[in-house]
Amino acid sequence: MSKMHIQLTINGEAQEVLAEPRELLIHVLREKLGVTGPHIGCETSHCGACTVDLNGKSVKSCTVFAAQANGAEITTIEGLGNPDDLHVLQQSFREHHGLQCGFCTPGMITRAHRLLQENPNPTEAEVRFGMAGNLCRCTGYQNIVKSILAAAAEMNAAQEAAE
Amino acid sequence: MIPAAFDYHRPADIASAVALLQELGDDARPLAGGHSLIPMMKLRMASVEYLIDLQDIDELRGISVSDGIVSIGAMTTQHDLITDAALAEAAPIMREAALQIADPQVRYVGTLGGNVANGDPGNDMPGLMQCLDATFTLVGPGGSRDVAARDFYEAAYMTAREDDEILTRVTFAAPTGGYAYEKQKRKIGDYATAAAAIQMTRDDGLCSSAAIALTNLSDVPVFAKAAGAALVGTSCDASAVTAAISAALGEIDPTEDNRGPVEFKLHVAGIVILRAIERAWSRT
Ligand SMILES: Cc1cc2nc3c(=O)[nH]c(=O)nc-3n(C[C@H](O)[C@H](O)[C@H](O)COP(=O)(O)OP(=O)(O)OC[C@H]3O[C@@H](n4cnc5c(N)ncnc54)[C@H](O)[C@@H]3O)c2cc1C
Ligand code: FES
Ligand code: FES
Repeated sequence: MSKMHIQLTINGEAQEVLAEPRELLIHVLREKLGVTGPHIGCETSHCGACTVDLNGKSVKSCTVFAAQANGAEITTIEGLGNPDDLHVLQQSFREHHGLQCGFCTPGMITRAHRLLQENPNPTEAEVRFGMAGNLCRCTGYQNIVKSILAAAAEMNAAQEAAE
Repeated sequence: MIPAAFDYHRPADIASAVALLQELGDDARPLAGGHSLIPMMKLRMASVEYLIDLQDIDELRGISVSDGIVSIGAMTTQHDLITDAALAEAAPIMREAALQIADPQVRYVGTLGGNVANGDPGNDMPGLMQCLDATFTLVGPGGSRDVAARDFYEAAYMTAREDDEILTRVTFAAPTGGYAYEKQKRKIGDYATAAAAIQMTRDDGLCSSAAIALTNLSDVPVFAKAAGAALVGTSCDASAVTAAISAALGEIDPTEDNRGPVEFKLHVAGIVILRAIERAWSRT
């Protein structure tokens, strides 16, 4: 059960890490690579707090072995924006009160980002359906949905302005 | 929540995967999306010494529809089933069912092959495959063989697949007529309390064929043959539907668990079957 050299591109940067095959991606990200944006809420594949973007798909990184991700491109909340330059979704969550404690927020925004890539103009029902893998214990979801719809509108307006 | 240690392999083709399974014996397991197997390994309910990850085997992917035959590679994800236009046209029940499985994150990685090979009575695809009379292709050291979905399930987590075989492909004739996949669950992302898959056809106002299969109401999916037969030749009026439901309830054997007592399961089963028949009939 020897360790493996695992190559990952995380937020655009090539990284190599030594890990046992049984190590979960979330643990490797948080404990070996210092990428602590994705959180561990349940560790049982239910809450979505650990959501990362893996090769263009939203996945629960507590349910993926790092070995499976060998060679993959990963985007986490750290790759979407930073305190000095918030992503539209981050700004929108802030303005529309899309978070309270903030624990679920990295997973929410990472998932919402992929949802809007696939469906740039979702209805409210589509947002709710597309966010069904992410749980929030604080907000009651209303403001999360509002934040995502507002971000979509803003991103579409920016897109039109650019064209 | 850390699984016991194992060795990891990622073969590039079916022959190498089968060779690994054969060489490593019954401590080796194929890994598809991992969204049934990894939770079991984390709980240490599945002991695996060698994981054979199938993700690099391109020939296990993809959906084709030609001459009325739908063929789906085992590693095709539930997300692919939802977004494939040709499949939505040829067998819209696949999309309707896949949309009711788990949540978006799980559907991006969970595969059709993993869902049908798993043998968990809670999985939605096995019942649907029985409804569609699908065939599973298994490849092992001795070559390839086909097993009907209706003959594949023996008991919970026990299937006709040998440990050194890989399920490579699922094939079925594109169905005609009306369809429905009706599922009752406690919350979005949950497994079924009860679910029913149905395909039916209408000829001159009367039901000319009906295939009904049920999920999570026994330790295996149940192809409710007598229930389908009870509809054929009728106009799907209330008495025919009642007869079909009572025939279906006679074919299942639910057990009490955290989704409720047996009486409740039978009640919910009756309702999902009723709704499935009504919706499918309205689509014929
Ligand atoms: C939160 C959550 C909710 C879920 N809800 C539902 C639900 O509502 N309905 C539902 O149906 N499922 C549900 N699932 C299960 C999910 O759909 C799984 O992804 C699926 O059951 C298994 O597919 P997989 O590709 O992940 O297989 P894996 O977990 O990789 O494999 C499952 C089993 O099949 C074997 N196997 C896999 N592929 C092959 C192959 N090609 N040949 C031979 N053996 C193979 C493996 O060895 C393993 O024993 C849920 C999962 C989670 C985490
Ligand atoms: S921590 Fe991964 S889904 Fe909850
Ligand atoms: S803001 Fe607290 S869990 Fe969502």
